Amino acid sequence: MQLMNLFRSSVGRKLFMACSGLMLAGFVAAHLLGNTTLFAGSAAINAYAEQLHKLGPVLWIFRLGLLGALLVHVTFGIWLTLQNRAAKPMGYAKKAVQSTTLAAETMIYSGLALLAFVVYHLLHFTLRKVGLDPSLFSDAAGQVDVFRMIVLSFKQWPLVLLYTGGLAALFLHLSHGISSTFQTLGACNEQLLPLLRKAGLVAALALLAGYLSIPLLTFFGLVS
Amino acid sequence: MNLTLHVWRQQGPDDKGQLERHQATDVSPDMSFLEMLDEVNEALIKEGREPIVFDHDCREGICGTCSQVINGQPHGPQAETTVCQLHMRQFKDGDEIYIEPWRARAFPVLKDLIVDRTAMDRIVEAGGYVSVSTGGVPDANAILIPKDDADTAMDAAECIGCGACVAACPNGSAMLFVSAKVGQLAKLPQGRPEAASRVCAMTETMLDEGFGNCSNHYECEASCPKGISVKFIAMLNREYLKALPKLKSK
Amino acid sequence: MILDGKCPSGPLKDKWDNHRRDLKLVNPANKRKYTVLVVGTGLAGASAAATLAELGYNVEAFCYQDSPRRAHSIAAQGGINAAKNYPNDGDSIFRLFQDTIKGGDFRAREANVYRLAQISNNIIDQCVAQGVPFARDYAGYLENRSFGGAQVSRTFFARGQTGQQLLLGAYQAFSRQVQAGKIRVHARTEMLDLVVVDGEAKGITVRNLVTGEVQCHAGDAVVLASGGYVNVYNLSTNAMGSSVTAAWRAHKKGAYFANPCYTQIHPTCIPVTGDHQSKLTLMSESLRNDGRIWVPKNKGDQRPAHQIPEDDRDYYLERKYPSFGNLAPRDIASRAAKQACDAGLGVGSGRGVYLDFADAIERLGEDTIRARYGNLFDMYQRITGEDAYGQPMRIYPALHYAMGGLWVDYNLQSNVPGLFVLGEANFSDHGANRLGASALMQGLADGYFIAPYTIADYLARTEPGKVSIKGDEFRDSAAQVEGLSNKLLAVNGRKTVNDFHRELGHIMWEDVGMARSKESLTAAVEKIPALREEFWNNVRVPGSGADLNQELEKAGRMADYLEFGELLARDALNRDESCGGHFRVEHQTEEGEAVRHDDDFSYVAAWEYGGGEKTPQLHKEPLTFEDIELAVRSYK
Repeated sequence: MQLMNLFRSSVGRKLFMACSGLMLAGFVAAHLLGNTTLFAGSAAINAYAEQLHKLGPVLWIFRLGLLGALLVHVTFGIWLTLQNRAAKPMGYAKKAVQSTTLAAETMIYSGLALLAFVVYHLLHFTLRKVGLDPSLFSDAAGQVDVFRMIVLSFKQWPLVLLYTGGLAALFLHLSHGISSTFQTLGACNEQLLPLLRKAGLVAALALLAGYLSIPLLTFFGLVS
Repeated sequence: MNLTLHVWRQQGPDDKGQLERHQATDVSPDMSFLEMLDEVNEALIKEGREPIVFDHDCREGICGTCSQVINGQPHGPQAETTVCQLHMRQFKDGDEIYIEPWRARAFPVLKDLIVDRTAMDRIVEAGGYVSVSTGGVPDANAILIPKDDADTAMDAAECIGCGACVAACPNGSAMLFVSAKVGQLAKLPQGRPEAASRVCAMTETMLDEGFGNCSNHYECEASCPKGISVKFIAMLNREYLKALPKLKSK
Repeated sequence: MILDGKCPSGPLKDKWDNHRRDLKLVNPANKRKYTVLVVGTGLAGASAAATLAELGYNVEAFCYQDSPRRAHSIAAQGGINAAKNYPNDGDSIFRLFQDTIKGGDFRAREANVYRLAQISNNIIDQCVAQGVPFARDYAGYLENRSFGGAQVSRTFFARGQTGQQLLLGAYQAFSRQVQAGKIRVHARTEMLDLVVVDGEAKGITVRNLVTGEVQCHAGDAVVLASGGYVNVYNLSTNAMGSSVTAAWRAHKKGAYFANPCYTQIHPTCIPVTGDHQSKLTLMSESLRNDGRIWVPKNKGDQRPAHQIPEDDRDYYLERKYPSFGNLAPRDIASRAAKQACDAGLGVGSGRGVYLDFADAIERLGEDTIRARYGNLFDMYQRITGEDAYGQPMRIYPALHYAMGGLWVDYNLQSNVPGLFVLGEANFSDHGANRLGASALMQGLADGYFIAPYTIADYLARTEPGKVSIKGDEFRDSAAQVEGLSNKLLAVNGRKTVNDFHRELGHIMWEDVGMARSKESLTAAVEKIPALREEFWNNVRVPGSGADLNQELEKAGRMADYLEFGELLARDALNRDESCGGHFRVEHQTEEGEAVRHDDDFSYVAAWEYGGGEKTPQLHKEPLTFEDIELAVRSYK
């Protein structure tokens, strides 16, 4: 009954978006922290990767949880967007925007671009089905040198460009998404909202800078 | 001053409708926007043409009847001002002005600039009240209400139900309207007993009536002639979270 | 004929209680068999509809607006009176009664006014229970202020939007009954005829304003709560759609129209700027607490206000009424402004006087003035484009409220059985002048606490569902309504409805306005029929009747104003005295105060429709005062 209500109510539906979004954003932040071990050198990041894999079933639970959040976020995102478009079948001949932002208006596009990027990213670094030949950074036993994999990849300018594009989508999405989550969860008031809108933007910028530093610094040879 | 108007003309709900060009001549800056349209209409009638129909009533910014999107902005360019209170000194000679009806699936156009807003009434009918019948109530001072709460309730209660929030929302959502009523009654002790069922019933009805969902563009607040804050949407969301444990679907 | 208001006998304070005990009741199981038609969804209509539905009756509610929430009660700013005596400043039910009767210049029924004062307290309790956010103090108690010259603080308020909040409270109670299936709403629907079957009101004929369809509705009783008629003056503070039509059509079906000449003029409105003007906006009277009213001493003085030296200014209210000065009562301040303008001293367009805050700003500082009146100054700036902190405001009087209306007895029932008239649409409680913050009180008293009892008494004596819309009376009524629309559409003349409204408004304002004389009224009684004739030969109503046609709506209302305006003038001509809002220049003291003639005119003038061009017939209901002494007011 209560679960049904969550589906029946507009606010209920948005809660799915907000909660799954929050989980995904949390992962994005944690993932960046992990990745910065790259700057500590080859040993550090390989050790980090090994530790992660040693978690075994815990890692899988974590991965499944993330996958679930992603599915919910994508499904509800598409569903709600279609619903919102149906609710506004016709726009104005003369359009004038007063308060919204490009990021807010393009959430579905930045979201879909981000989804495509995530798929590519998984195929690239996790499943290693695209990009460089795995033999370039694996030993005879098939053990992957994560450091080498990243560095070699980001010496390729097309990949750097692609990652920059993906990260731009991430930034756009989060710059609206973070503060939006707080509003949807009701954690806002008159004073907090403008602050949160700024804080969300700053956080998204920080994540963008953090993530971008990896391909860019690598490309320009500052990581070796 | 002389102005060129591009006005939405639509014979009826099934007609496709289109923008039509009209000239407004010798417009005085002291006229209200609606008086300018009155003059255009007088000229049309004398030419034997059908005047432009538009909703309006009190012409003092409180009844919430007037509903025009002027150059893409519900109620026009002046902040916290309804169309009927907008005056022509906000425009200048030679301006081109686009006048369109509220656009949302929940607000079908009836004719020209007039839309059907009864969906908003049905949202209120779903629960936007305290279920008290006439008579048998306690003395007005029996339940004290902190001034801050009474003031916040009044901030929300100022909503005139014009629907500009829906017209401005890229998603055609009525969240600001719904949250104003939910917020007002949530802040008052008289409204607390039904707070949970109210927030669910009203947000469910909002969807049933074809309004969209809030995705936090805040265009509603920018267009609201009474300056209702989106903090009430956050308050509504909180009320919904509070309601979840006790909730039954309607 | 001498009319009987059917006031109960016995001591004043027991009348209503005793009467309620005598009123018949409808068995709870039978209530659902009765249908009540309620026209209008303002304070009176919405509260009556909600309460009747709560009791179990079926209600069909009609309003011309697109939603019941938009009725013009919403525009009331100031507040609502009640004899709660929360501030402990000596208020009581008797004092509220006494102030209201005096304010009405002893032209209202004692029993009605006393009942109003009694009920005032229940209204506040009810509204608070509904969630109306009245202003509160820091301890959480309700705040009161003094209003309209009252010596006690008995006015409850919700910022400057008390009418809005009370109406939304009633609308919400109404909406709850819509959800419960007890009220059916017919929005964008205008009542165009009352259907009388065997002498009793049993239905109405309406036009759906979207489709143009003319429909009949049958019921066991009809409640008219359709508001006031001052738009007959063209420019007023009423909403554009406010009209006399519902009341007038009922009048033409036999209901008497009482005291139409009692109209109230509000002194502090924003002046007219030109012929394009469509309505006037009121600004709270509280502005007169700090503003000084003046005009230039010299005719044709074109200098901007700040360049006119003190010696060349005439602070005429302070000069004429030294003790009350700028706070002189509404009618006195209004007439003085008109006199100044008629003498050619008006400012702006010539129809305005200055309301100057320069002294107050110098004395108290701009911040204090901003805190007190900021929202009014903002509104003034939006409308005029002028900054009232830097230059004086311009104000002018405007028509505001109708004390007259359809005649009703103590049960709020008109002389047509089954027709109940509530709120501003009836004549009952304000006499010749209404005090500030009393209109909201009366509308809600009628709707929540009086009509539900008295209508039950009527219903208990009738059989439910006696008539159906298949009857001849309904068929004839629909045909008549259709016929009128077709007739208006067929004229196809050269002038618009607005042209005629401006012309009628001009006659009414000049000849039947603030200062009326035998000559001016006689002239109006001649001019209005001539204009009416021209209307029917020269009006142009475009479009068709089977469509959303705002010009046709306006034309129908205009046709009624052209008949009603004449009745208003005739009533003013008949009332050869000055009282309250009705001022005859022949009857004034040297200081310009109204002079009543209690011996000859202490009665309610109720007019019976004459039919066609026949003159209406006057019926009198004598007013007797047992508990209060008739006095003369003085504001020197």
